[in-house]
Amino acid sequence: MPKLTVDGVEIEVPAGATVLQACELAGKEIPRFCYHERLSIAGNCRMCLVEVKPGPPKPQASCALPAAEGQEIRTDSEMVKKAREGVMEFLLINHPLDCPICDQGGECDLQDQSVAYGRGGSRYHENKRAVTEKYMGPLIKTVMTRCIHCTRCVRFSEEIAGVDEIGALYRGENMQITTYLEQAAKHELSANVIDLCPVGALTSRPYAFEARPWELKKTLSIDVSDAVGANIRLDSRGREVLRALPRINDDVNEEWLSDKGRYMVDGLTRRRLDKVWIRKAGKLAEADWADAFEAIAAAKPGNSIAAIAGDMVDCETMYAAKALLGALGSDLLEGRQTGMDYDVSNLAAVNFNSTLAGIETADAVLVVGSHVRWEAPLVNVRLRKAWKNGAKIFFVGPEFDPTYPATFLGNDLSVLGKLPKDVAEAFKSAERPAIIVGGAALAKGALAPALALAEKLKIVKDGWNGFNVLHFSAARMGGLMLGYAQQGGIADIAAAKPKVVLFLGADEVDFSQFADSLKVYIGHHGDKGAHAADIILPAAAFSEKDGTYVNTEGRVQFAEKAVFAPGDAREDWTILRALADALGVSVGFDSFEQLQAAMIAAVPALGVEGLADYGALPKADAKAKVEGMIEAYPIKDFYLTNPIARASVVMQECSAELLHGDDVREAAE
Amino acid sequence: MADRHLAADTPELRARWDAFEFSPAWKAKADKAIAQYPEGRQKSAVMALLDYAQRQVGEETNTQGWLPLPVMEYVARYLDMPIIRVVEVATFYFMYNLVPVGKFHVQVCGTTPCMLRGSDAIMSACKARGMSVGHTTDDGMWTLTEVECMGNCATAPMVQINDDNYEDLTPERLDAVLDALAKGETPKAGTQEPGRHTSEPSGGPSTLKDMVSENHDYRGEW
Repeated sequence: MPKLTVDGVEIEVPAGATVLQACELAGKEIPRFCYHERLSIAGNCRMCLVEVKPGPPKPQASCALPAAEGQEIRTDSEMVKKAREGVMEFLLINHPLDCPICDQGGECDLQDQSVAYGRGGSRYHENKRAVTEKYMGPLIKTVMTRCIHCTRCVRFSEEIAGVDEIGALYRGENMQITTYLEQAAKHELSANVIDLCPVGALTSRPYAFEARPWELKKTLSIDVSDAVGANIRLDSRGREVLRALPRINDDVNEEWLSDKGRYMVDGLTRRRLDKVWIRKAGKLAEADWADAFEAIAAAKPGNSIAAIAGDMVDCETMYAAKALLGALGSDLLEGRQTGMDYDVSNLAAVNFNSTLAGIETADAVLVVGSHVRWEAPLVNVRLRKAWKNGAKIFFVGPEFDPTYPATFLGNDLSVLGKLPKDVAEAFKSAERPAIIVGGAALAKGALAPALALAEKLKIVKDGWNGFNVLHFSAARMGGLMLGYAQQGGIADIAAAKPKVVLFLGADEVDFSQFADSLKVYIGHHGDKGAHAADIILPAAAFSEKDGTYVNTEGRVQFAEKAVFAPGDAREDWTILRALADALGVSVGFDSFEQLQAAMIAAVPALGVEGLADYGALPKADAKAKVEGMIEAYPIKDFYLTNPIARASVVMQECSAELLHGDDVREAAE
Repeated sequence: MADRHLAADTPELRARWDAFEFSPAWKAKADKAIAQYPEGRQKSAVMALLDYAQRQVGEETNTQGWLPLPVMEYVARYLDMPIIRVVEVATFYFMYNLVPVGKFHVQVCGTTPCMLRGSDAIMSACKARGMSVGHTTDDGMWTLTEVECMGNCATAPMVQINDDNYEDLTPERLDAVLDALAKGETPKAGTQEPGRHTSEPSGGPSTLKDMVSENHDYRGEW
């Protein structure tokens, strides 16, 4: 713990800290461009110069200088001021100063820091360097003349994303940041370089010239594109969400966000259900709310009514539907749309127990049936970190490129019963072993054998529970907490032959099994569910309602409403409340607050933000066995997994170009 | 040399170079270079391998050699490293030619000491022979480039042609060198000044004269 002084104030800093961090601890702002907490230190922008004694009588780059005992650091001296002005002047020599037409304007590090630390004006009258634009795919817009060569994007793609695709070519003033042959950046986190870029060189292509940051209303929300529950900020103007940006939460998403979570928001204004529709003689016809409620009441469901929750619904909606069904005397609730029927009697067994932050400390990981890179890109980043810290990672399932070296043990699930020797040894010597069970394995009934294996491998230790289930539906854990699960899965509901089925934004169901039921779709996008429905009640998307979500590690998080739903669409709970009246029952709430209070009274854990406690793992059935092969992962197309993404033009472009680009090119040839 | 750029990725380029492989002789050298580094650090040999690849391309095309994209991709595969990292190295160092060059790559130093000693005249002499900066002559013999300091300031002005330096040049001496090269001869590398061996003071030593014949101890005279 070195003791040093910053501007005359003595402080003690943790061992291994840099001078820059020491200054920050002392409350001093150090301007920087290339330094980033989550990336390696490059030390090439020189903006963080400070005066350090003892040392050479010249300013030193604080980001790359270790803090040491007895250092006297000055950030306020004339030398530092001059150094910063000098560096800033050099950086601006080749910067175009086109702020009025630059999308970074208003949230630009270079802009802010040149105001704060630069000279008043320019003394440079020569020609400036110009660099051609570089194509980096449908998400990243480049104006490389603005690049100041901080190399954050290069370091991100190499260190965090794990795909070396961005590089710095040539040298000196000719240095250019590009991808090889200007190929599109093919990675699920590629757009994070836009946030990292301290200038306007890499900006968001879909958001280009849309808005200025100061025009936008900022709403704290939760990403529903996967079960990680990344913390996001929705920037909206008027009735439209213009962009989603990650918020920093070290426990969940650090400061990254998957491309899908970031760019599916343009789908919020497309293919929306904004009117009530009723199917008449096989064709959907426009109707009004009263007709629709009348039609549902006319079906006289009684207690023969079921509710199936989709992947993106909030807990309040699910609780409102549960209350409605409860009032009618039914408990036919299910959220696992594709027919999975794993045992949910103990929620700890279907939870990501090691926590997302914890998995990066694991030293041996067995992933069973999960295409982690697509099902939860942010978990894959954690696994990559674990590998960097020396973890051995094994996969059961079809091979894919996880961005770090991993051993694929084949598609046969019976390997769980008889691990290869090297895997068994890796787990034997591991202090923090972990198993991750994915959707493909759950569907094959591998949960019980995985639990048995966990017990055999002593996955649960003092202060460590490495048994993880990785879901990819944002509604899953909340749904399970609210009882959205039947013993036999959705098949039980089909077998009960309900007269009315409420589909709460459920689009992935096999609707043919409910051919004889009145299918009521309460959702926001004209997707598969709406196509199959008899009655469509337009509802709100995640951005248009307050709601509670529980991520795959059981973290209860609250999302706020950013904009109003379009047209006749209403918040889901109000629809269900009105439906209760139509069906002549009382659900016991008249406002969102009452609904939330009732939900929290029923499931107290949903009222506390943070990790829910599901207790210990159940006793495993040592005889549990699983046979069969994992033929494929459930996600076929990373960019088109939910109705919002399918409606999004940007996601369709990404899918076409990044995933099917080669097919298209071959077809054209 | 601000006009460095990668050769366009054309079907012709692919057709010509996609099948590139190290010949046995170069492969042996490449493997030896890789063996110099610990296992798993084979990437460290990238500079050597790029050089060997360039030389092999030179042998195949009877030029100094250059690095077509497929060849860089081959090196990347050979070392199991991302192609962008190979391209970063190849574009950083001027010794790697990114576009085809002629049989003789004439690199005229134009940095201050050489300029003061007459590199402008050297450049003119090259141009008088039909070369122009950044281009290869039509007969494929000569490529002219202006480069920065090559570290031969004591024998300025100088040019580097392929692997050899020719120093103490005058337009006449340069012509003699180039004529010899054109005829297929191998002119003497190094200084072209008669009576000078390497970079020792021209016209005999002006200081430490007693050191010429023996290891003289000057300390008593200080």
